[in-house]
Amino acid sequence: MSVDLGLSADQEAIADLFGGFFANESPTTVARAAEPFGFDADLWAKLIELGAPGMGSAVEHGGGGASLSDLVVVAEAFGRAIAPVPLLEHLAAALVLTDADVISGDAIATVAVRPADAAGVWHLVPAGAVAHVVVGLDGDELVAVRSTPPMVSPRNHASAPLADRSAREGERVVLGTAAAFAPVLDRWKVLTAAALVGVADAAMALGVQYVMDRQQFGVPVGSFQAVQHGLADLPVMIDGGRLLTHKAAWAIDSGDAGINDWRLNDITDGSTLASMAFVFTTDGAALATDRSLHYHGGYGFSEEYDIQLYYRRARGWSLVLDDPSIECLNLADRLFGPRGA
Amino acid sequence: MDFSLSPETLEFRQTIRDIVDRTVTPEVIDRMHTSGTFASPELNAELGRHGFFERAVPGLGKGDPIELWVLFNELEKAGAPYDGPAVALMIAGVVNALGTDEQKARIMPSIISGEAMVAMGYSEADYGSDVASIKTRAVKDGDEWVINGSKMWTTMAQAAKWLILLTRTDLDLPKHKGLTMFLLPMDTPGITVEPVHTLGTEVTNATYFDDVRVGDEAVLGGVNNGWRTMTTVLAFERGVMGGSNAAVPLLRHFHDWAASMGLLDSDVVRERLARSVIDMQVAALLTQRSAWIAASGGMPGLEGSMTKVFAAEAYQRISRWCQQMAGPAGLLQFHEQGAAGEGFVEYDARHSPVVTIYGGTTEINRNNIAERHLGLPKSR
Repeated sequence: MSVDLGLSADQEAIADLFGGFFANESPTTVARAAEPFGFDADLWAKLIELGAPGMGSAVEHGGGGASLSDLVVVAEAFGRAIAPVPLLEHLAAALVLTDADVISGDAIATVAVRPADAAGVWHLVPAGAVAHVVVGLDGDELVAVRSTPPMVSPRNHASAPLADRSAREGERVVLGTAAAFAPVLDRWKVLTAAALVGVADAAMALGVQYVMDRQQFGVPVGSFQAVQHGLADLPVMIDGGRLLTHKAAWAIDSGDAGINDWRLNDITDGSTLASMAFVFTTDGAALATDRSLHYHGGYGFSEEYDIQLYYRRARGWSLVLDDPSIECLNLADRLFGPRGA
Repeated sequence: MDFSLSPETLEFRQTIRDIVDRTVTPEVIDRMHTSGTFASPELNAELGRHGFFERAVPGLGKGDPIELWVLFNELEKAGAPYDGPAVALMIAGVVNALGTDEQKARIMPSIISGEAMVAMGYSEADYGSDVASIKTRAVKDGDEWVINGSKMWTTMAQAAKWLILLTRTDLDLPKHKGLTMFLLPMDTPGITVEPVHTLGTEVTNATYFDDVRVGDEAVLGGVNNGWRTMTTVLAFERGVMGGSNAAVPLLRHFHDWAASMGLLDSDVVRERLARSVIDMQVAALLTQRSAWIAASGGMPGLEGSMTKVFAAEAYQRISRWCQQMAGPAGLLQFHEQGAAGEGFVEYDARHSPVVTIYGGTTEINRNNIAERHLGLPKSR
């Protein structure tokens, strides 16, 4: 065991497989065609054929037994393609589900990332409009509720299939106490962070391509230093986000109780790193899509160009949890102890 | 990816922490801030005695190359003076990569023992970012080279045993081609050092060369090959060797002061501290990546540029936040009653502007990223 910051041979194969899959099966025309609802059932069926929904589930339950680090590679490819399928939510929820139809993907599962309200309603659940099973907190209980997906969503910024779901109505199974939810939420944060790295990376590529193609004053606008320097800030946000996300996955996969020594910048606790990766990649994806959209000039806000698709998802995929400042305050409690400590 | 350090590296790290605890006393830190010389002979001698500099010389193969990162990251996080040994080890790496056997035998022992510091003479008063245009001349005269000119920002020249010096040796070649690097003793006759005092405390220098005579043994990396020698140094300077976790000791100082003042319950303070810890973790990972690339036989020049821009700007943001959050106490200097973070909050507010400039400005680094990573056209 020692530092190795490259992908393993298996992960390279996963990156090739899913990179190729999403490039072929989910070009941005697919995301566009799925708007505003944000779900393409045919694409989901193709992912079922690949075995993707059960990839992270245990082998003894019929899953693929992939590590979270492997799933991070999938999630980044997914984010790059802004694929209109609830793959990340499903992979996160599947951590605590063993139903055969969930592992196969015939039943879609999702995570209610925020607790139910007093009336037992989960609000604006990601993939809530299409999921058959919702995993989340209802009071002190971690529950899985199976009910008919509404297949309708309020129109929203990210064209995501969000919906309110009941934590009480339907086939309700108590999976554990509230503490049992933490690993599910950590997994969702890490996979979302990886997807946001993919969003940022694709947005940067769109911006670079555009400024090379677009001519003004007789030269590509990408030859101007003001434009170059704005784009030059992006690779480090992408690479830094990728490293931090992989470190979070590595820490969670190790199963070890990590440490949280911010005084020596020695942090190996999985939950802490998941939170950090989520905040950092949220900022990185926002920055990359801001800059790239801006350097498109007027075409950046025209619906015809793809950058606006990325801009909206960069915000929506993260904000379903809450204001990132609140995540920072939760992180502060982990790092520095609770208030008044 | 695997982020775990090997047992040997963990032991290496623990020993460094022990040495730092023992030798980097408050008096040593205080002397660094009053003298402006960011090197501690006690610390360097101790690290040298343990063979740690030898293990950390880039490319020498005496230790896991990740140890180079561990060494300087530990020194930086501890707030220990590390600029001196960092430069010396960079130069040791270049001597190892490009030097003759005679140069290795003559120069390396003094550096890996921790005894010798090295000053870097690249920039001149009129040539900073455009360093390939420097005018200091080296002219062959029989068996000797005669050097005339002057250098700016020759940090550590007041304490250094060696000087690495970029000169122009051929006026007829294009500007990047007619350069030669020398490595010569600082006590060579004809060298004059004048201090330049800086906002960030560290004293740097202007150094003058008046008919300085050296032989071919002082040429490092070949005549008219100076630019290549230079880029080899910069690949190590940007990122691997410190300069990416400068805010870690500041965060300790600020946090402990804020706790004592009852400020830690504020949402603003908590959010900013959390964001600062994230940025320092990312900066450490980026630096670790550079070290890993170097360890895998690569040259992390581009990654170093990315790391440097990110880490330098994060340090500036964090030092500004800390000073603001401290209020008027953030204005008070070392040893003043009530100074936030025992004066470090004010110190870092002065020191942080330096880091987006030295070792290549953020603009030069952004050019590098735009051209080499993004493939955009050369803009100048």
